[in-house]
Amino acid sequence: MGMNLKGSAFEGWRRENGRMGVRNHVIILPVDDLSNAAAEAVANNIKGALAIPHAYGRLQFGADLDLHFRTLIGTGCNPNVAGVIVIGIEPGWTGKIVEGIAESGKPVEGFAIEQNGDINTIANASRAAYKLVKHASRLKKTRADLVELWVSTKCGESDTTSGLASCPTVGNAFDKLWENGNTLVFGETSEITGGEHLVAARCRTPDVAKQFMAMFDRYQRMIEANKTNDLSESQPTKGNIEGGLTTIEEKALGNIQKIGKKCLVDGVLDKAEEPTGPGLWFMDSSSAAAEMVTLCAASGYAVHFFPTGQGNVIGNPILPVIKLTANPRTQRTMSEHIDVDVTGLLQKQMNMDDAGEALLDCMLRTADGELTAAELLGHREFSLTRLYESA
Amino acid sequence: MTIHFVVHDEGDSVGVVVVEGLRAANRINGWIMDQDKMIEFDAKSDIPIGHKLAIKPIKAGDAIIKYGVDIGKAIADIAAGEHLHVHNVKTKRW
Repeated sequence: MGMNLKGSAFEGWRRENGRMGVRNHVIILPVDDLSNAAAEAVANNIKGALAIPHAYGRLQFGADLDLHFRTLIGTGCNPNVAGVIVIGIEPGWTGKIVEGIAESGKPVEGFAIEQNGDINTIANASRAAYKLVKHASRLKKTRADLVELWVSTKCGESDTTSGLASCPTVGNAFDKLWENGNTLVFGETSEITGGEHLVAARCRTPDVAKQFMAMFDRYQRMIEANKTNDLSESQPTKGNIEGGLTTIEEKALGNIQKIGKKCLVDGVLDKAEEPTGPGLWFMDSSSAAAEMVTLCAASGYAVHFFPTGQGNVIGNPILPVIKLTANPRTQRTMSEHIDVDVTGLLQKQMNMDDAGEALLDCMLRTADGELTAAELLGHREFSLTRLYESA
Repeated sequence: MTIHFVVHDEGDSVGVVVVEGLRAANRINGWIMDQDKMIEFDAKSDIPIGHKLAIKPIKAGDAIIKYGVDIGKAIADIAAGEHLHVHNVKTKRW
C-alpha cells in the first residue's frame, strides 16, 4: 500500500518566472543592519507587509559578501514572495539586490537612506509597499501539480527519537516525493560526520559523490582548524545530549534517515544556490537550524520538513516550516509547536508508511494555505550564514 | 503492551528508552525495529526518556554499534541494562 502522489495538486500563486509559491508575502528587506529600523517602520505602517531584519551587510567582502547578496536576492526571488521593498543605507548595494530580484520578473523597488534620512525613506518606501500589498492581494491562486512543489528538510534539537522515527518519517515522504519527480534538498554538512560513507554511497554518480566528499572534507578541515575540544555541547548540542544523543556519529546516523531508503543524491549545491532541476540535492550548509532553513528559502524551496526530538520551535519569515516529533514528552509538553505527531511509531501504533502519509497530507494542506504551528506562533527566524570576519 | 525501549538492529549494542520515568530493576520490553522482534530486559539504572541502555556487556575501548554502524567508543566497562551516555562513551571523531 502507499499514497499515490501522481495527480496530487495544490493551489498557490504562479510567479512571473513560472515557479509556484504557497504564500503571498510582500517583504521589506534590509540590505544591512543599519536599515532594520526603517524596514520595520514600513512594515508597521502597511499591514500585510513583512520586515525581515538581520544583523549583517557591512564591510563584508569576497565569498562572504557573495553569499550575503545571494541569500538576500534568493529570499526576494522565492516564489512564496509576491513583491519586495529593499532598503539599504546607500544606493549601490541596494541597487545590486534590487537588480538581482528583478531578474525573477517580480515587482521590486529599492530605497536608500543616505541623503534622505529614515523619515523620508520610511514615507517613500511605505507608499511603494502600500501599492505592492494592494497588488499582491489581487493575485488569484491557481492549481498546480504536486511536482511543482519544492520541499526542503533539516532537523533540530534532535534526540534519539529523531533517528528512530521522525527523521525516517521524512525519509519515507522524501522517497515518495523523489519518485514523483519533486525538487528536494537536505544538508547540514558537519552533521553527516560518521555517516558520510553512507551518503556518498547514495550519490547518483561517482562525480556527485566526489563533489559531496569535497564539501564534507572542507567542513571537517574548518572544524579541525578551530576546535578547542571534541565539540560536545556544540555538536551534538547541549539539548541533543539532554535528549540522549551521545556522539556526533550517533546524531549523524539519525540525521541522514531523512533521505529515506530509495532517493539518490542527484547533485550538490553551494549555500543559497538554486537547483537546476528536479531530484534530491545536498546543500553544503551549517547545521544550525535557522541558518540552514534561511538558506533553503534563499534557494527557492516553498515548504520545509523539520523533525524535532526535544522541541525546536523554529519558523522562517517566508518558508512554512512543518514540524514533527516522535518524542511523547515533547508532544505532551510542547504540542502547540508540533504539526505532525508521529509518537505512535515508537509504540507500533502506526507504521512508517502511515507516518509518511500523515506528513505528506500536512504538506498538501500547508501548500493549500493552512498555517503551520510556527506561522501561528510568529516564528520568523532569519539567520544569515557568515563565512569569516568582516573587513 | 508498552514498549519501553527500541533497538534499531539486532546487531546493535544499545537500545533507546521511549517512555518517561523508567526505574532501575524494572522488567522492560524492547522492540527490535529492523527484525520486528520483541526482547525482555532488566534495567540496571534509572534511565530518562531518549537515553540509551546497553543491551550486551561492553568493555572499555569497545566500539558502540547503533544502526549497525560504529557511533563511538566505550571509555569504561558497561554492564547490560546500564545507562550508556557521555559519561561512558566518547566520539571517535574530532
